Amino acid sequence: MSVTVSMTVNGRPVSADIEPRTLLVQFLRDHLRLTGTHVGCDTGQCGACTVHLDDRAVKSCLLLAVQAQGARVVTIEGIARDGELHPMQTAFRDHHGLQCGFCTPGMVMAAIELATSNPNPTEEAIRAGLEGNLCRCTGYHNIVKAVQAGAAAMKR
Amino acid sequence: MNAPLIGQPVKRKEDLRFLTGSGQFTDDIALPGQARAYFLRSPHAHARIRSMDIEPARAAPGVVAVLTGADLARAKVGALPCGWLITDVNGKPMKEPPRPALAQDKVRYVGEAVAVVIAETLEQAKDAAELIEVDYEALPAVTRVADARKPGAPAVHEAAPDNVCYVWAIGDRAAVEKAFASAHHVTALEFVNNRLVPNAIEPRAALAQYSPGDDSYTLYVANQNPHVERLLMTAFVLGLPEHKVRVIAPDVGGGFGSKIFLYPEEIVITWAARRIGRPVKWTAERSESFLTDAHGRDHLTRAELALDRNGKFLALRVATTANLGAYLSTFASCIPTILYATLLAGQYTTPAIHCEVTAVFTNTAPVDAYRGAGRPEATYVVERLVDTAARELGIDRAEIRRRNFIREFPYQTPVALCYDTGNYEATLEEALRLADVAGFEARRREAEKRGKLRGLGFSTYIEACGLAPSNIAGSLGARAGLFEAAEIRVHPTGTVTVFTGSHAHGQGHETTFAQVVADRLGIPLENVDIVHGDTGRILFGMGTYGSRSIAVGGTAIVKALDKILAKGRKIAAHLLEASEDDIEFRNGAFQVAGTDRRKTFAEVALAAYVPHNYPLDRLEPGLNETAFYDPANFTFPAGSHICEVEVDPDTGAVKVVAFTAVDDFGRVINPMIVEGQVHGGLAQGIGQALLEGCVYDAESGQLLTGSFMDYAVPRADDLPSFKVATKETPCTHNPLGVKGCGEAGAIGAPAAVINAIVDALAPLGVRDIEMPATPERVWRAIQAAKAG
Repeated sequence: MSVTVSMTVNGRPVSADIEPRTLLVQFLRDHLRLTGTHVGCDTGQCGACTVHLDDRAVKSCLLLAVQAQGARVVTIEGIARDGELHPMQTAFRDHHGLQCGFCTPGMVMAAIELATSNPNPTEEAIRAGLEGNLCRCTGYHNIVKAVQAGAAAMKR
Repeated sequence: MNAPLIGQPVKRKEDLRFLTGSGQFTDDIALPGQARAYFLRSPHAHARIRSMDIEPARAAPGVVAVLTGADLARAKVGALPCGWLITDVNGKPMKEPPRPALAQDKVRYVGEAVAVVIAETLEQAKDAAELIEVDYEALPAVTRVADARKPGAPAVHEAAPDNVCYVWAIGDRAAVEKAFASAHHVTALEFVNNRLVPNAIEPRAALAQYSPGDDSYTLYVANQNPHVERLLMTAFVLGLPEHKVRVIAPDVGGGFGSKIFLYPEEIVITWAARRIGRPVKWTAERSESFLTDAHGRDHLTRAELALDRNGKFLALRVATTANLGAYLSTFASCIPTILYATLLAGQYTTPAIHCEVTAVFTNTAPVDAYRGAGRPEATYVVERLVDTAARELGIDRAEIRRRNFIREFPYQTPVALCYDTGNYEATLEEALRLADVAGFEARRREAEKRGKLRGLGFSTYIEACGLAPSNIAGSLGARAGLFEAAEIRVHPTGTVTVFTGSHAHGQGHETTFAQVVADRLGIPLENVDIVHGDTGRILFGMGTYGSRSIAVGGTAIVKALDKILAKGRKIAAHLLEASEDDIEFRNGAFQVAGTDRRKTFAEVALAAYVPHNYPLDRLEPGLNETAFYDPANFTFPAGSHICEVEVDPDTGAVKVVAFTAVDDFGRVINPMIVEGQVHGGLAQGIGQALLEGCVYDAESGQLLTGSFMDYAVPRADDLPSFKVATKETPCTHNPLGVKGCGEAGAIGAPAAVINAIVDALAPLGVRDIEMPATPERVWRAIQAAKAG
């Protein structure tokens, strides 16, 4: 049995026949081949699969693709504009906020939502806001710096 | 001319692909026609497999194949080898019970693979696996290191009825006994070094393809050393011709040791890819990572330090029992021996040291190298003893260290290593300053007014990196060489591709190594690309672990660059009609000394590939050189870590309020990347001290901490920002003067954190806290101390 699901992904309308149990992250990775969104734990605890669904950061391993029916989904592949990195992407590079790069897409997507809802986040607010995203490489030190800089740049 | 690149915080070349989602991790790769593998795993810690019925699974929708240990045995697939032979105190080799890729007859830990289902989709493979009926006869299990040698403990392997793999020792026992007999004071402690799960955020993954046209295989695998993976898999397990197998470790999402090793799943899918005639992909779920990635640490130790009345260390006596898990993983045997006991001198002149290590099998996942690998365990023993002894003797904790620091180099320790250089006072003094230790008492009093207990902890650690001089490693039991290889390919236009046997999985080699090359050749950084992680493109490599990449891999690159420049000098001498002796290379050009006659690096490269005016009678065309580098000694990074904590005595909650790390990594190529490596190591070290603990149920052998809900990997709000600085005492035996920085944080931090907690609680009479120092443990320690 399959169902038809339709949504907008990175500004592009997409539609596919999928098994109803297909997770949003599987739909993005396997059907659309948008492999920037990663799976780190399958259980909603690591945040590597974070994407934006109607402007809210969500863990795409915790949603069925059918739950995104009609929604606007944005992934890490969709945030640079006309070849220019999003200010949060630039800030992560400038502040060495990534090492192996595996948690990075989810971390950047979570950070953009955090900075959108709180344009002047303190270190404490950033640490609390990123509590749902695990990074094993950076110790978060440079991620915190990057998010602070990225939030400031997003206001410009 | 370019500005010098060495020592500059150059932004990373690799970042763009990761920030835009265009990295290529193993699970991101899809091959046409690929099938998906799912492994059925043992729910028992110890059981005999009476029978297995795979027929219903075979008939399930979408299933391509169901394969078991019996199939592997029929195909003569060998057992997984161990790369290091430890010789027992009695001169006997360690026990090496076979580790089959799929269980045969018996299972020995929860999660051990018993069958693989390969299907069109992962969901079909999983559904079919549920139809496999395994008739297990459950057997009693032993999981804890403290229980493994108890009389009557279940035997994990028939070949080791007492569960002992080996008893190994180092040092002069008689000298140690003598020193203890006349000591003014003895400080003794018992330690648990808690078992850890590495938890790289990218789960292990592999994708194997067989090409019948040329009888070759390609394996994509999340791995830290693809050539070693290939060698072990082809020569020892599958019996395939090495040159017919290409192993590619593409972007790898963190390793921390756990992706060094050859694992069963990679073997099974490579073998299965030929058998079913299709590519096969397997990606671990996080619960499989918890169950089957090689774990780390898990020691039980009794240690005693003998001192004279001035706090001078006279001798150290250590007895450790180390858990190896159910089977010997690739490097398991050398971690609690060669990489542990040899570090017990620390930064000190302790003249006599003896350490005995008993390594035991248990019904748990295999234990192997995890960030630091033996050295965090050694540092924990030494630094906990030193802080405790200082308190017992009433000596300031910085002062007792100063009184015992090694100051003359080279220094031969009583436990085999010879430190080439160091300046331990320099890192300690800088750490004392940065951490404002002078102001600590005021902060302690201020915290007390708020009802909080504040403590300060020190850890002045040493590590041995740059693994390793192959002949020394060989004499200690290594079954492989530990050199590194590099190739420098200069293209006709003067741009450069470097092929390195090191592998980056977060360390930033594509930037750091390019800095070294561009700096030496005087060419722009963007003209240099670093290629790693592919046996089809790289001549050879021993891979990345033990903070060895810059010291060994980087030096191999420098040696190859030397050959490039030597040949370039000959070519330039011909072009400039000068004597080779008069040619010097500087600012990116070969120049006749004392003149302005010069040929740029790119001009010489072009001449090498368009050899019209060229000494063809004496010199080959082309500009491509390789080098293998085997280090003369280990490198010895060292540093001082100072942790400041606040304990809430009502709840036992510990907050790290400040952490200062001053490290000596020798010469630093890219300080931004080095600091990042330190931050990450500190997070894992603080994680070990406060949060992380892998627990198996003692009776059932079930893994109780099998998810991120039960096993606390540090999150952003668990950690402070760090104060990090470096001192540079260049390594004396490699041309870059580098030592390595990847593991320092994880090595130094645990002792600093626990020393800080004990310092906070010492006024209550608390002398020790077991890691992880959870609120419950701290609260109980406070209650026990109060009860007297």
